[in-house]
Amino acid sequence: MEELKTKARELLANKEVQVVIGYTESPLQKIRPAFIQDPTKVDTLIYDERCKQNLAVYLLRREIKKLGKPAIVATVSVMRSIIQLASELQITEKDVVVLGISPDKKLLTFNDFASLEKYIKSIPLKTDAKEKEMIEKLNKMTLEERWAFWTKELSRCFKCYACRAACPMCYCTKCTVECNQPQWIPVGAHELGNLEWHVMRAMHLAGRCVNCHECGRACPLEIPIHLLTQKLSEDIAQEFGLKAGTSLTNEYALSMFKPEDKENFIK
Amino acid sequence: MEKKLLQKQLSSTWLKKIQDSGTLLFGPKRRGNQCDFDRISDVAEITQDYIQTAQSVKFLAFPKVEELFRFRQTSSGMKIQDRDLASLPAVVVFGVRPCDASAMASLTSIFTTDYEDSQFKTRLEKMTVIGMSCGKSDEYCFCTSIGGNPGNTAGSDVLLTKLDSGDYLVEILTEKGQKVVSLAQECFAPAPEIKKEDHLAPVKKYFAVEELTQKLPQTFYNNLWAEHSLRCLGCGACAYVCPTCACFTIEDEGTQEDGTRLRCWDSCGFAQFTLHTSGHNPREVQSQRWRQRIMHKFSYMPDRLKVLGCCGCGRCSRSCPVDMNLMEHLTAILEAKL
Repeated sequence: MEELKTKARELLANKEVQVVIGYTESPLQKIRPAFIQDPTKVDTLIYDERCKQNLAVYLLRREIKKLGKPAIVATVSVMRSIIQLASELQITEKDVVVLGISPDKKLLTFNDFASLEKYIKSIPLKTDAKEKEMIEKLNKMTLEERWAFWTKELSRCFKCYACRAACPMCYCTKCTVECNQPQWIPVGAHELGNLEWHVMRAMHLAGRCVNCHECGRACPLEIPIHLLTQKLSEDIAQEFGLKAGTSLTNEYALSMFKPEDKENFIK
Repeated sequence: MEKKLLQKQLSSTWLKKIQDSGTLLFGPKRRGNQCDFDRISDVAEITQDYIQTAQSVKFLAFPKVEELFRFRQTSSGMKIQDRDLASLPAVVVFGVRPCDASAMASLTSIFTTDYEDSQFKTRLEKMTVIGMSCGKSDEYCFCTSIGGNPGNTAGSDVLLTKLDSGDYLVEILTEKGQKVVSLAQECFAPAPEIKKEDHLAPVKKYFAVEELTQKLPQTFYNNLWAEHSLRCLGCGACAYVCPTCACFTIEDEGTQEDGTRLRCWDSCGFAQFTLHTSGHNPREVQSQRWRQRIMHKFSYMPDRLKVLGCCGCGRCSRSCPVDMNLMEHLTAILEAKL
């Protein structure tokens, strides 16, 4: 990825950005995020198929914002996240330089978010075969079986909130689970507390989740929580025709009331 | 200490006898790519093909959520009903790595210094640890840098070391260990002359932890904390898989008139962990939280409790979604020019 490095070096040297958010390899050959501030250190950047983390999570983090304007190495998931964050008015095109990486590993640069949006719309939303299989398995379950599956899986959760911390769309500075006067969601990691937490999170992400599966990847106990948001995204796409992270003017399917809505419970 | 030999085919007979005695048996089970401690209903579920389990056995002495007491407003005032300690179950846990077992000493210090936590103490007293020496290690293991070793007996009641033949060298270390072995005395034979060290995994010693403890106070205002923690997401994965992390929060459930007081795991990595009612947060950025994590384990605990808050199991590094590698950071602190 020489062209990525060249571009990153140029951006830092010309002071167009103060930091490049990308991937690097650790001394143990593990992939980790990197924050390059010095143009002479750009060579530590790497990009290959192991680079899966959704780096967009760092765009709104206070510690990273303090470093100055970033350029970000952007996989398709990162680009979708940026579009979604822009549609939620969390980020503007002045805030970030997108160093896009196409699925065939070509460097993509964009003059503005409109061209980023155009590019993203042209990329089909793909689900990995493994996830597809799991979703199909869940779809085929009876209500009772599905309930048993999720109760068992979620009962293992110990509420480390890695799923939330790793998610670019979980940017609330105070999450509902942290409001305990009054308590909305039980704080304890017991069966009910876990179920309510994950259902609440899934519902809050319904129509906003860009399906990067970062929550499932971050889970230290390998609970497949990304299937909850994935399934909801599919339902939202089917019922409302909305795909998160593909439009700068997306409306949230579940929090936007319109007089022409077919449901009448609110009228 | 007594040593015995347990033939490989007799290990499940022994474990079944333990189950038959009415105690709950926990052990490592495979689930997907991971291995983790779970309640064992059939001893065939136990796997021994693991370097480290996803979680430590901490949860058996300090559960992720536990009831402390119930409260009820009555006409004669608030009635408090303490947890019935006698109802806490006796547990035997099999396959605990020496690092995990030794970490129980750190937890015990936390829960018994100044104030003796009866619930923790009771759970620990009712728990028998059958340790399993490490025949394999990985790049995350660093117990030897922390004063441990892959055949460390500390914290185990019985320690098994697997020999080349598949049989186990059994070290009976405590009265609880003696008791659990006596449940199936017939399974155990006299131990042959064996050098245990020949059957242990090599674990490289990266640093001397005493030097780290000595150096840390001088690093408090150093910029290295900000550099090291830039990628930290501020989740609690490292703390929750850690065998020695013991922070908790107290939560009430129910109503003000009738409810339950719970103790739930918490983590110093969370942004709101130290948030004051006034809105002031003494650890307002992640670097200060990361510093606290390291300082607590390697400076404050040795200073105040005379134990380390780390056993070198490497779980925090294995489970971190952004590859915060503790051993690497500790080495970097030791190498940093101040």
